[in-house]
Amino acid sequence: MSAILARYLRSPSATLGLVLLALILVMAATAGVLFPRDPLGLAGAPLQWPFANPKFPLGTDSSGRDIAAQIFHGARVSLLIGAFATAVAVLIGILIGAVAGYYGGVVDDILMRITEAFQTLPNFLLLLVLVAVFGSTLPVVTLAIGIVSWPAPARLTRAEFMSLRGREFVSATRVLGLRDAQIIFREILPNALPPVIVYASVVMAVSILLESALAFLNLSDPNVASWGNLIGAGRGVLRTQWYVSAIPGIAIIVTVLAVSLVGQGLNDALNPRLKKR
Amino acid sequence: MSALLQIEGLSVSLPAGADRPLALGDVSLSLTEREILCVVGESGSGKSMAANAVMGLLPEDVRPVKGRILLESRDLLAMTNEDLRKVRGRQIGMIFQEPMTALNPLRTIGDQIGEMFTEHTDLSRAAIRERVLALLAEVRIPDPAGAIAVYPHELSGGQRQRAMIAMALALEPKVLIADEPTTALDVTTQAQILKLIRDLQTKQGTAVLFITHDFGVVAEIADRIAVMQWGKVVETGMARDVLHAPRHDYTKSLMAAVPPLTAPSPRKLSSEIALSIEHVSKTYRSGGFLGRRKRETRALDDVSMVLPKGATLGVVGESGSGKSTLAKAIVRLVDPDSGAIRLGDFDLAKLPRSSVREAASKVQMVFQDPFASLNPRRKAGDLVAQGPIAHGVPHDKAMARAAELFHLVGLDPSAIDRFPHEFSGGQRQRIGLARALAMNPQVLVADEPVSALDVSVQAQVLRLLTELRTRLDLSMVFITHDLRVAAQICDLVAIMKDGRVVEAGITAEVFANPSHDYTRALLASIPGRAMLAARSA
Repeated sequence: MSAILARYLRSPSATLGLVLLALILVMAATAGVLFPRDPLGLAGAPLQWPFANPKFPLGTDSSGRDIAAQIFHGARVSLLIGAFATAVAVLIGILIGAVAGYYGGVVDDILMRITEAFQTLPNFLLLLVLVAVFGSTLPVVTLAIGIVSWPAPARLTRAEFMSLRGREFVSATRVLGLRDAQIIFREILPNALPPVIVYASVVMAVSILLESALAFLNLSDPNVASWGNLIGAGRGVLRTQWYVSAIPGIAIIVTVLAVSLVGQGLNDALNPRLKKR
Repeated sequence: MSALLQIEGLSVSLPAGADRPLALGDVSLSLTEREILCVVGESGSGKSMAANAVMGLLPEDVRPVKGRILLESRDLLAMTNEDLRKVRGRQIGMIFQEPMTALNPLRTIGDQIGEMFTEHTDLSRAAIRERVLALLAEVRIPDPAGAIAVYPHELSGGQRQRAMIAMALALEPKVLIADEPTTALDVTTQAQILKLIRDLQTKQGTAVLFITHDFGVVAEIADRIAVMQWGKVVETGMARDVLHAPRHDYTKSLMAAVPPLTAPSPRKLSSEIALSIEHVSKTYRSGGFLGRRKRETRALDDVSMVLPKGATLGVVGESGSGKSTLAKAIVRLVDPDSGAIRLGDFDLAKLPRSSVREAASKVQMVFQDPFASLNPRRKAGDLVAQGPIAHGVPHDKAMARAAELFHLVGLDPSAIDRFPHEFSGGQRQRIGLARALAMNPQVLVADEPVSALDVSVQAQVLRLLTELRTRLDLSMVFITHDLRVAAQICDLVAIMKDGRVVEAGITAEVFANPSHDYTRALLASIPGRAMLAARSA
């Protein structure tokens, strides 16, 4: 474990990613202390530029809401959506990929055709449909993002399982008479997990982006202070008060970058041999 | 005679954290014209490292720190990459262990051999084709004109190795480095390839640096021998002298570990039958879509054999003989098409899938590759205990039993908390054995259990198996490609070829009096026969 950490910290970009991610986590954690008021409440005169008023270091939006407060509280929402949607996507993906890869044959055929059905639909369209049908509350949005993101982890897990199921150590457990569920989850899965964990960082970055895109179209939960909502709110004043959209935009870029760098760093740390190429 | 290739006081450092600071410590070797120098050693002795240092193929963080490698008085270590590129292929050729991975699977054989000429000469295309054909004929590939257009996967292992040799010898290099060139091959093929290397070497006058772990091969081919251990050369000398009068203790122990070819005198076998295999067949079908390109392989073709209680039945064959399929059929990793595998009142071949789990306690298997057969993410104790736990033994009891088994197979019981990668190959194979024994099986199927191990470790594991057989009253099916190994441990042997049993009987009798041509060919191909015969006489 400590060896993996040491390898991880050897890479400057991975370390930067970790620092950025920690920063965002700190923002999310201190939002309630630094900005105890409702971030969506009226705070002052609308459309004040950043640094113009010491009370509002990042200015106010067109409704007179504090942008800094929305950024801090938005960090919570973005990370929450990212983490839960990723968990949903990876859980479904691992389950389907593991079963398809281990059993092969007809089971594999059926599960993979379902996966392909999901993959051929543009996932943002599917997301729009789900949100339109089930409403745009935070739990629905999160779950919907998870549901449109599972095919890629499923394929990855399936590929790992297909290469691992023929290994001797798996044959050995079959000879010992272990049950399939034990073989799949206790013997093969831990060995198949590292690439899936790395890929989870991609899913997380994409989830955050998907939520922002929904919010930009006013289809995310309007009652939470998310970065996407703020960008959407700034749409009307994009030409004159561009900072309203730009500041949350930068926050999203930094977060996605941090998550991707951490994922890349994990990949290099977990597969040290690939790194040397 | 002056030295063609001279390694002088070469030291090569390993990255920090390796098991020793130097991969090679002050190694000096010299190779003169027209001679075959065999570098012998077990895994980790640094023998391959020495070959790779000559070719400049050392891994990234492994560096030569001291010494010189002189090729006709030019220091290879001081050369630039560009100069070295001109030396490789033209002056030094190399053959690798695994011809399948050393050849590019997407290019034809002719193309890959021809590349030697396009890279290093300016011959015309027609002239290159001519030369490639001549080379393929020289390495005795049947039908060179046909072989020039095929891809590596269409050739057999032996033919691929011939193609590799043709490639290495294309530009008539002065030095040929052969890194375990026959280890991945069957014995009969190995004998042919060794003879080919010998013939070409005599004809072209090439000097050969031959890396091997097998003293039998050494006895076949070497003019001179250098024995390596832990990165140092411990003994060098003329082949005759080293083989007949080894001076260093390590050389002596290596040679003593080479199994003798004579089978021990037959034991009295029980008349009770532990396992009987009756007319078992298995055909693999790789189906093309709508019946196109359909292929059928008869892996097992009406195979019958009988294992008496407490005996060891050796199943000997080369790759593709169906011996591993037979092992897998016995433990039901594959389902036989027809026939019966009787164990007491059970017919293992016809048990429904759901009952196979319960039968696990009757037949257990030891696998070939000690590195692949243990789950890297589970502790050694868990690996041994997991079988009994799956069959309802409480955790504490299973772990206590695992510790006992560790003791039984010669491992430290306190090692149950360690992970597989912390053990050596031989120790891992002992863990695999303990795992199988944890189920208290009546029959143990061992699929090439020692073929991935060094000779000295091989001998220890075989001794352990023999000991446990008597102590636990085990009956064993022992799958191997190596007649020398079979001779040591098996009471009975069955020789398999192309899915059929061609000869079966009491080991000593089959060895002394082989009745089938194939058995005779197998026996004749064992490397170092002359040496072994001389020693046992």
